Amino acid sequence: MKCRKCGGAAVINMRQHKLALCAEDYLAWLPEQVQRSIEKYEMFSPADKVLVAVSGGKDSLGLWDILARLGYQADGLYIGLGIHGGFGYSDQSRALSQAFAGARGLKLHIVEVEAAYGATIPELAVISNRGHGRPCSVCGLNKRYIMNRVAHDGGYTALVTGHNLDDEVAVLMQNTLNWAGGYLARQAPVLAATRPGLARKAKPLCRIYEREMAAYAIVRGIDYIYDECPHAVGSTTLYYKELLNQLEEKRPGAKLQFYLSFLQAKEAGLFSAAASEPDLHACQRCGQPTTAPGECSFCRLWDKVRAVKGLPTRLPASMLQPHVETEP
Amino acid sequence: MPVKLVYRGKEYEANAGSTVRDAVRKIGLQPETVLAVLDGKLITDDTVLREGMQIRLVAVISGGAG
Repeated sequence: MKCRKCGGAAVINMRQHKLALCAEDYLAWLPEQVQRSIEKYEMFSPADKVLVAVSGGKDSLGLWDILARLGYQADGLYIGLGIHGGFGYSDQSRALSQAFAGARGLKLHIVEVEAAYGATIPELAVISNRGHGRPCSVCGLNKRYIMNRVAHDGGYTALVTGHNLDDEVAVLMQNTLNWAGGYLARQAPVLAATRPGLARKAKPLCRIYEREMAAYAIVRGIDYIYDECPHAVGSTTLYYKELLNQLEEKRPGAKLQFYLSFLQAKEAGLFSAAASEPDLHACQRCGQPTTAPGECSFCRLWDKVRAVKGLPTRLPASMLQPHVETEP
Repeated sequence: MPVKLVYRGKEYEANAGSTVRDAVRKIGLQPETVLAVLDGKLITDDTVLREGMQIRLVAVISGGAG
């Protein structure tokens, strides 16, 4: 197959775009697509200082690489979750994130959950008895809290995540099958900072296929963690991704069409009745925005877990601002 | 020499003369979910397999972080 731009040997054929490209043209094309999304959804500008949440995976490292190539001021945040999974998943992902940042002279902030708060994510899940035996729910809660905290306290204009089109469409399908109006109303490429203490959130890869990001990482020579999180195996998200790929196989472009039609329908007001903003206020303890009355879920979760571990239950004020190591 | 496909540490044999896409389907994978790498370089899925080729299939789907 030949590259549509230069006629050289193609390395990727994107049936959804009816476009095959060689390595060089692909490395130029993908950042252009990301830039288009950043502009179209008014995510941030080159004057902004953004924080990229990195996991050592292809999406977040690929995104950080693209943002740096596009000239954005982008620092990274790695959150160490303490997941082993038989092969040192967290250790590997941290090492890859550090190596990536070090090789490019990019600034990486690191927060280790166990060192900062007293337990690893798998431990936290067992002790708190949340999530029906899976740590994904407490993991999400902790990551959201820490990402928001570091972005806000560090003076970043936006917190940027590597959610790709497949991630977005899997969530969209799940929410559509459940007619979860509130969640559908809040799913968007950008979430504004609607109250003090809340960071603006943006997903510049929301229109980029997961396959395109994997191809970018390989062609660009980015060393990333190939294994998925051991706790994600058998998850609902992966199941929906599989179903959507079956659809894509028969109808190239179906995933992108589903997502873009959803955004259009939302723009036209289809979910406006469900679009009420959750009532947020400051947690009485840590000051972070929360919908829970009194103290936020994060503070209450850690109280419970630290009590079981024999640690002081009231998190000291210093620990509410996680210890952040910064490299270089 | 047969064609070898390697996916998540497991080896599979494929027929020379078929395309990467067909070979991927034959071992029960969805072509959308993998990328094919030959000698460290990405190749398109219409590439016709030749005797002795060793193709690494990279899973593109992931979930989880750090």
